[in-house]
Amino acid sequence: MSEWLAIYTAQTKRAFAVWLQYRAAAIIWMIGFIVQPLMYLVVWTTVAESSGGSVGGYTPSDFAAYYIVLMIVDQVTYTWVQHEFDYRVREGEFSRLLLLPIHPIHEDVADNISYKVLTLIVLVPAVILMMWFFNPTFNTTWQNAALFVPAVFISFWLRFFMGWVLGMLAFWTTRIAALIRMYSVIKLFFSGRLAPLTLLPPVLFAVARVLPFMWELAFPVELFLGRLSADEIWLGFGMQLLWTGIMFIAFRLMWRRAVRRYTAFGS
Amino acid sequence: MRRYLTLFSTFLRLSVLGELEYRANFWVQILESILSLTVAVGGIIIVFDHTATLGDWSANQLLALVGVYIMIGGVITFAIDPSMQRFMQDVQKGTFDFVLTKPVDAQFMASTRQFQLWKLIDVVLGLAIIGWALWRMQAQITILQIVLAALLLGIGMVIVYSFWMILGTMAFWMIRVDNMFQIFNAMFVAGRWPVNIYPTGLRAVLTFVVPIAFAVTVPAEALIGRITPTTFALAFGVGIGLFVVARLFWRYGIRSYSGASA
Repeated sequence: MSEWLAIYTAQTKRAFAVWLQYRAAAIIWMIGFIVQPLMYLVVWTTVAESSGGSVGGYTPSDFAAYYIVLMIVDQVTYTWVQHEFDYRVREGEFSRLLLLPIHPIHEDVADNISYKVLTLIVLVPAVILMMWFFNPTFNTTWQNAALFVPAVFISFWLRFFMGWVLGMLAFWTTRIAALIRMYSVIKLFFSGRLAPLTLLPPVLFAVARVLPFMWELAFPVELFLGRLSADEIWLGFGMQLLWTGIMFIAFRLMWRRAVRRYTAFGS
Repeated sequence: MRRYLTLFSTFLRLSVLGELEYRANFWVQILESILSLTVAVGGIIIVFDHTATLGDWSANQLLALVGVYIMIGGVITFAIDPSMQRFMQDVQKGTFDFVLTKPVDAQFMASTRQFQLWKLIDVVLGLAIIGWALWRMQAQITILQIVLAALLLGIGMVIVYSFWMILGTMAFWMIRVDNMFQIFNAMFVAGRWPVNIYPTGLRAVLTFVVPIAFAVTVPAEALIGRITPTTFALAFGVGIGLFVVARLFWRYGIRSYSGASA
């Protein structure tokens, strides 16, 4: 245990030092992260106002709360490893990673945590500004807040393993960028980013419940906002664990085959 | 003038020949265009499932706006972005010296050297969406509106070009300007919706800091016949003003370029 702590402390420190070099880039990426929820918040607020103050059970203040919490959960659980695999395989970066005595995923986790710490500089003021500007209302109970923490934690791992599974396809195909684009469009619709899922047409909502995306984002958000019944909460945790399990197994199986497949040329 | 047209078509032809080597990218771009179409139209369908108008834009009018958005985005990635990337690389590596030694205007050459052929698919897709939206609204569209919209689309492109040129010129002093283009790209996404739905502060940013309003919302407004003479004059003024500023800034910047090699 203490060995792992030492490994993680060292990796996180290293990753943080690297991120400090790229702080401008990190902060610019955050702008993209804020623009999207802000845009859909404005759109839905406009819709609510023009349809007599609320739409689908959401008032403008509810939408504000929804999109502010969504932005936070999205940022905390966000992973970008899938975008790096293409480069890692093509440029032989894996040769270095495979020589290390620990699994490369740990370096990614440390890297992810460091980025999140650094970008708090942008996230916190953005949240405060949005709170002040859009007047969100929260019906959060203590139980909601307490359950929110494990839900976000599971979501982080779910997204992480999913990112790795998707990224590892780079061992088999060179067209991974197009796949990732497709994946993010599907995610936009079914994770609750484009609209709270109850506003989707019933068919799309049914599809969303089967896919993993709403459990990694919309579920923790609605849980925190106190919009879910006890049954829905347990179902949500069940689906989260189920999908995390599936992704973990896929991750293990694919990794074993990927390493065998990987060959590097040159130095 | 003739010479510049010949040069322009030569650069264009060279880029096209270069890109024809990567034919599979055509299919990748088709997929990408279909995806951006899905996001834009899917968003409209879901929103208009709950309302009849969005900030006094009807579904068809918003469809026209989305067409303009996709088309302008296509023009940026087809013609503006690739040359700017190349120009910034040249300045970083010192190979910009070769551009300066040519007997043509350096700004012209820096802005026309590279094109991403397959991005034209987005331009075509955007035009098709505009056509589709117009067909659905045919009763309310006059020839004058189409002419005004075409004019304003041209002005919008000049504004976006000048804006990128001003950012690009900063490469003479700063090393990593490409980050600023990232900011533009991140904000450009917001242009998929009419800027008048955004709160005042944000609208001001999208109009005057990053000129998305002039590039997308204003031409779409002209198309649906909602433009006022004031807006028209303003767009025209901003277009000419920004172009002149970009030119002067470029001339100023080029004086402080000292080369990176040798």
